[in-house]
Amino acid sequence: MNKTTEKVRQTLAKRYRSEKRFRAFGIASITLGLLALVILFTDIIGKGHSAFIEHRVTLEVSFDADVLQISDVNDADQVTYGNYIAAIRAAMSEQFPEVQNRSERKQLNGLISSSAEFELRDMLRADHSLLGQSRTVSLQLDDAADLFFKASPGKRDGVRVTDLQKSWLLTLEERDLVTSGFNQSLFTRGDSREPEQAGMLGAILGSLFTMMVTLVLSFPIGVAAAIYLEEFAPKNKFTDFIEVNINNLAAVPSIIFGLLGVSIFIGLFGMPRSIPLVGGIVLTLMTLPTIIISSRAAIKAVPPSIRQAAMGLGASNMQVVLHHVLPLALPGMLTGAIIGMAQALGETAPLLMIGMVAFIVELPAGPVDPATVLPVQIFLWAGSPEQAFVALTSAAIMVLLAFLITMNTIAVLLRKRLERRW
Amino acid sequence: MQTGNLLMLLAVMIAVAYFLGHVRATGLARPLGGIRHLHSLPFYFSMRSALWCALPALLVMGVWLAFDDSIIRSMVLDTLPADIAPADESTRNLMISQIQNVASGALPPSFVDPQVAAAAERLSRMQATNAMAVTVVVLVLAIFGGAWAWLKVSPEMRARQQVEKVLQWMFMLCATLAILTTVGIVASVLFESIHFFGRVPFMDFMFGLQWSPQTALRADQVAAQGAFGAVPLFVGTLLISLIALLVAVPVGLMSAIYLAEYAHPKVRSFAKPALEVLAGVPTVVYGFFAALTVAPFIRELGESIGLSVSSESALAAGLVMGVMIIPFVSSLADDVITAVPQSLRDGSLGLGATHSETIKQVILPAALPGIMGGILLAASRAIGETMIVVMAAGLAANLTVNPLEAVTTITVQIVTLLTGDQEFDSAKTLAAFALGLMLFITTLAMNVLALHIVKKYREQYD
Repeated sequence: MNKTTEKVRQTLAKRYRSEKRFRAFGIASITLGLLALVILFTDIIGKGHSAFIEHRVTLEVSFDADVLQISDVNDADQVTYGNYIAAIRAAMSEQFPEVQNRSERKQLNGLISSSAEFELRDMLRADHSLLGQSRTVSLQLDDAADLFFKASPGKRDGVRVTDLQKSWLLTLEERDLVTSGFNQSLFTRGDSREPEQAGMLGAILGSLFTMMVTLVLSFPIGVAAAIYLEEFAPKNKFTDFIEVNINNLAAVPSIIFGLLGVSIFIGLFGMPRSIPLVGGIVLTLMTLPTIIISSRAAIKAVPPSIRQAAMGLGASNMQVVLHHVLPLALPGMLTGAIIGMAQALGETAPLLMIGMVAFIVELPAGPVDPATVLPVQIFLWAGSPEQAFVALTSAAIMVLLAFLITMNTIAVLLRKRLERRW
Repeated sequence: MQTGNLLMLLAVMIAVAYFLGHVRATGLARPLGGIRHLHSLPFYFSMRSALWCALPALLVMGVWLAFDDSIIRSMVLDTLPADIAPADESTRNLMISQIQNVASGALPPSFVDPQVAAAAERLSRMQATNAMAVTVVVLVLAIFGGAWAWLKVSPEMRARQQVEKVLQWMFMLCATLAILTTVGIVASVLFESIHFFGRVPFMDFMFGLQWSPQTALRADQVAAQGAFGAVPLFVGTLLISLIALLVAVPVGLMSAIYLAEYAHPKVRSFAKPALEVLAGVPTVVYGFFAALTVAPFIRELGESIGLSVSSESALAAGLVMGVMIIPFVSSLADDVITAVPQSLRDGSLGLGATHSETIKQVILPAALPGIMGGILLAASRAIGETMIVVMAAGLAANLTVNPLEAVTTITVQIVTLLTGDQEFDSAKTLAAFALGLMLFITTLAMNVLALHIVKKYREQYD
């Protein structure tokens, strides 16, 4: 046995140990990455699932004309400005007749959401014959009371309700007056300062309009640019310059696009702030590089034999591209566009710059109405001090992630179904 | 007429022009004995009419609508009598919004100066005239364009070439939009930055150690002049990015090595997309996670071992940002590792090296330039990342390298300086653009360098 072999033998165990260690590091890093993903998702779902449920209290409310201060039910003004709060207060003190003290009554009335009076008003509006009758109505609870019922019995001490309120809530629960159900206002209302009334429909609509503008602008422009660069552009300095620009724009931080939007579109062109149209234009500029790059890849994938066949039959360059190359490359382009849209849907920073962070209660009706978008809504809610907004934020994140996962799944399916391998 | 309705009407006119062009071309062809006697297919004649109808009208309309608001506004302001005419930029903006509110009916005219009310009146009158003029001009252009194209149709006309040329020009314009965007970015940040450096010396900005952008509203206030020394922001940005890279580079690189060299194809086909999900999660979600889960966790952990940790510590933001950029590092590293030729591996293994020795001593050195490029790209991501730091890092500019304290970054300051402010002329808002310029230059340089390194490396084995 020569010296080298001996040396190798001696160190072999050590080298194998180091080999094992190296592999273990690799496995550990992948586990770490995947663990981060799992923790992120479980944390968000754990925080957010409770926001999809809300608690209501069932009370016997009497639509008494004197209490509501409505003498003529056909007078729309009177119905609008009726004293519905008094009716709710009366119903609550019916449940707790022992509460007389003024500050205690204030606490008691604080258990019901301030939106409850509007629910009663809408009922009376819909049915004038209600006046003078009493009905069993389920009313929305205030966010603190709602949180109290959502918390597990051991954690109820952490909720911000007074001891008195706690005892009343427990009594209501014992009397079987508290019901839980799906939180509809989450998907039917706009933003609100009151967590129990806040919904994300406004933000979803805002996102929808913004995405519509982005899609309508970025897809045709991106495809046209890709066609030019792949099929028509002469090989010269100008074309190179365009390509360098596209590659660099793909890596420019998104907030810079926000600066562009605020100084060019809002400052120079005088477009209004906070509207989905401007947001969509800014996001278009941001997603264009992605769409151009993926569209070019799709065009490149079309084999030259198709082009040659078409040219052999006498088609012009433009006819070859529009009649043959484009239809074959379209599935790949669509996949790229969907991925670009998903990226734009999750984008927040540039929209903060152009003022889509305003607090907007009304639902937007079109791309020129002030609106916010889903990620910005998440940002706004995350900064709100009320405890209940944590769950709402997580719920909004879940909805946003659901949209993104759907879009990406569609992209993957589309690629599998339509993309042809040559 | 409203823009939407005008566009709709224009679309109808274009369709009509298309149809008429078709009728005319086939009509001309019939006495000659069929469309084979036309130079081009009838489709190209009709397309030509439609383009003539659409392009001039749309072009004029676009330019008009882009500038009409600002022109009308300045015309209205110019008609204001000298005694209430606004003197500087901010009162000018205030006056404009007041006039606009009166004109739109949001503010009753009795609430404001009668002169302003009169200006509002003028504004609404001019807006009405403007809308009318736009409608008339656009429609006349569309009609004339369409009619011109229709009259010119003849069997010998080279309609296909004309249409194809226009299309090609349009495609080229779309491609040059990338240049326009870059020019727009550079122009917007550069001009405002030049304004800013006119007020705050460049050297003070680059090397000043104090950042407190709150300029005073009144001259006699304490700290009447804000301090614009950006060093604390640069240090904060670098600190958070460094923490992020310390997480992302080892984890991302080792994941890529394992997935490319060791993993069973089944594991790879599951783990690679799963890791890439991390890159698809919106940054605002990471921000929320950092601010509400990771930061309190680190704070409690620090307190349990007797360290005082800020609730907006750089560590929390950096860790979460690191998780976000793991997939950037891993997928780029994966690409370059798989691009290393198999012969290098075979050679090393044939000499008796273990797998890990092959990786460490042959593959990684060969892939190093590509990996460096990937790390640079990841670093430029980290520097430009906004939402995580806006939500999880601090606002106060501390000059510190202690990761347990709160620091602020360039992007955080851009967001806080610009959100909610309407005017562009205060040093405070201009500072945001100067910071944006720094950010743009830094990330651009890093990207160019990274792409250069990657490109140079790729040429070696081709």
